[in-house]
Amino acid sequence: MTMNKTFLGVPVARPKVGFFELSSCEGCQLQLLNNEATLLDFLSLVEIVRFREGMKEAGDDYEIAFVEGSVTRADEEERLKHIRRQARVVVALGSCACFGGVNQLKNRFNDLEWVKKEVYGSFPIETQEVKPLSAVIKVDLEIYGCPIKKEEVERIVTALVLGEEIRHPQYPVCMECKARENICLFDLGEPCLGPVTRAGCDAWCPSNRLGCWGCRGPAPEANLARLQIIMAERGISQERMIDRLECFGGFAGFVADIRAKKEEPK
Amino acid sequence: MKISCDIDIKHLTRVEGHGNIRIVIQDGQVQEARWEVVETPRFFEAILVGKHFENAPYLCGRICGICSIGHTLASIRAVENGFGITPTVQTSRLRLLLKHMETLQSHILHIYFLAAPDYLGVGSVLPLTQSHPAVVQQALRLKLLANDICDEVGGRRLHPTRTVVGGFTMLPDRYRLGQFRQRLQASLVDLGVSVELFRSFSIPDFQRETEFVSLQGKGDYPFIGGDLISTDGVVKQEQEYAAMTNEYMAEWSTSKLSRLSRKSLAVGALARINNNFAGLLPEARAIAEEVGLVPVTHNPFMNVMAQLVECVQVVLESMQLIDDLLAEPWQDPRQVVAVRAGIGVAAVEVPRGILYHCLHLDAAGRIVKADCVIPTSQNHANIRHDIEALAVFCVGQGKSDKEIELLAEMLVRAYDPCISCSVH
Repeated sequence: MTMNKTFLGVPVARPKVGFFELSSCEGCQLQLLNNEATLLDFLSLVEIVRFREGMKEAGDDYEIAFVEGSVTRADEEERLKHIRRQARVVVALGSCACFGGVNQLKNRFNDLEWVKKEVYGSFPIETQEVKPLSAVIKVDLEIYGCPIKKEEVERIVTALVLGEEIRHPQYPVCMECKARENICLFDLGEPCLGPVTRAGCDAWCPSNRLGCWGCRGPAPEANLARLQIIMAERGISQERMIDRLECFGGFAGFVADIRAKKEEPK
Repeated sequence: MKISCDIDIKHLTRVEGHGNIRIVIQDGQVQEARWEVVETPRFFEAILVGKHFENAPYLCGRICGICSIGHTLASIRAVENGFGITPTVQTSRLRLLLKHMETLQSHILHIYFLAAPDYLGVGSVLPLTQSHPAVVQQALRLKLLANDICDEVGGRRLHPTRTVVGGFTMLPDRYRLGQFRQRLQASLVDLGVSVELFRSFSIPDFQRETEFVSLQGKGDYPFIGGDLISTDGVVKQEQEYAAMTNEYMAEWSTSKLSRLSRKSLAVGALARINNNFAGLLPEARAIAEEVGLVPVTHNPFMNVMAQLVECVQVVLESMQLIDDLLAEPWQDPRQVVAVRAGIGVAAVEVPRGILYHCLHLDAAGRIVKADCVIPTSQNHANIRHDIEALAVFCVGQGKSDKEIELLAEMLVRAYDPCISCSVH
């Protein structure tokens, strides 16, 4: 850890960090590069010792590991366990790492052999049920979103470097959407998970007139029973609601409950 | 002295996704020269089955973190072609503007952050922030502009939000579009300086005769839809994509692979220029000629220069698109979508080459079958054969271990592979 950075005159440690990716689109790591205006300031906060997508050098002496993607193969489990042994803090970066992300949609078939055959025919290919990082190792911090919001990452990483407590919003996206004075998407006939999804994205999708798909998972205070009533009142089919709820894996338990109820004999 | 080397690169750096390079040379004889793709598959084509069409752009965009806009637009085109919908002129212009800015963003990311460090003798862009601050600022400025326009038109630079079947959920701000036009004009200066910088690099003089596949322009430079052509003279229609890609599997790759008239083919900026040189705008064509990029160029390292030429092309085209958009009042952003059963195919030129999505839709608009053929998957076999030829070339040139290793890495990087996308 180097100490050549100061904050309000106090020396601040520049922790060594590494970025890693398991099964993913690598978009969350790109989001970090996508913050061109503050990128150089952000980079000066930490010392990057591993970032395969961006640099050739590869150190194993990272204190903080940011891991993107979900676990879908045995070698990924091993890599993840290795990262856990090396790092003091492991951060799950994005929805794939936190909940399995869109990758976990293949779990819904409960039939890996069919999934493999559908894409690869008879060619042998290795894969597992998709798991979030927390199913394999202890995760210290989760950064939600598909993609992650770079401003939020910078805020969280700054707090991490300064040793401040990191708090995620407890309220849903709906609050942020109202604060932005957006027209309610339900009034435009669009389904939206804003009422139940954890805030922190500043109502990114609803502000662009796309209903929330729940990529950040449920808010701690989410009232999912009420969501079903809202959807039904607005004439939105259960299929469209489930499409959104199951998309990123954050609402997996709730979706399983709805499906179980659907299958109960009347 | 006869060359011997043992190069074993696991998870090549400064590329998207996971691939390995293995080269073994003993006493001047190439024993082994391989490119391997070890990325984990995510099974998007299975994930899509049973889903309603409105999921397609949203899910398909997530195939790739760099070209999410390309995937989103390809799946939208596939659904619209399946339903028999023709986008409005306004929607087509906005989509093309969005795609151009993704191309600019992606090309700048590649040529500056992934490729340039090799030519400047460093391991990443990080040391360049100290040694070449103006160059880094210039790259960031270009990338920022492209991303800002993607935010304005698509709602978000990565995994866009406004792009839907039928058009857009909302339209960009006209005043800001006008401002972006000014920034695009100004970016031509940065691109001019970039051309000078890249001209000063010594591009390896390696050639291997290759079949290049791309969309065919009709007097213009092609980006969305149209016929498919190859430098070996194959011409096919968009819906015949499967006969252009001929996907197969091999034990060395978790990505599917492609071939056409030869044992492999190449797609991407170099393929587009090789097939559509006449469609380049005069300013872009002049740069292509200046940097020695005339059809048919068989040097894969020149793909970086081809990307630079395309940056100029898309900036100029984008300025025209904004002029055309601002010359008319806004129409409705979104058409009514009438669902019907059908098979929709889309061919779109995305940053790394031609991308195909094919969706089989039932009468309720649900996806019955999905097929996505990714640019990098079409390139993998060609990369492998290039690596074989490069190893032989290096022996002939008497290169050292370190030089061979670097050249092999640079060769793969030149293709700008998007490996997780190719395995999807």
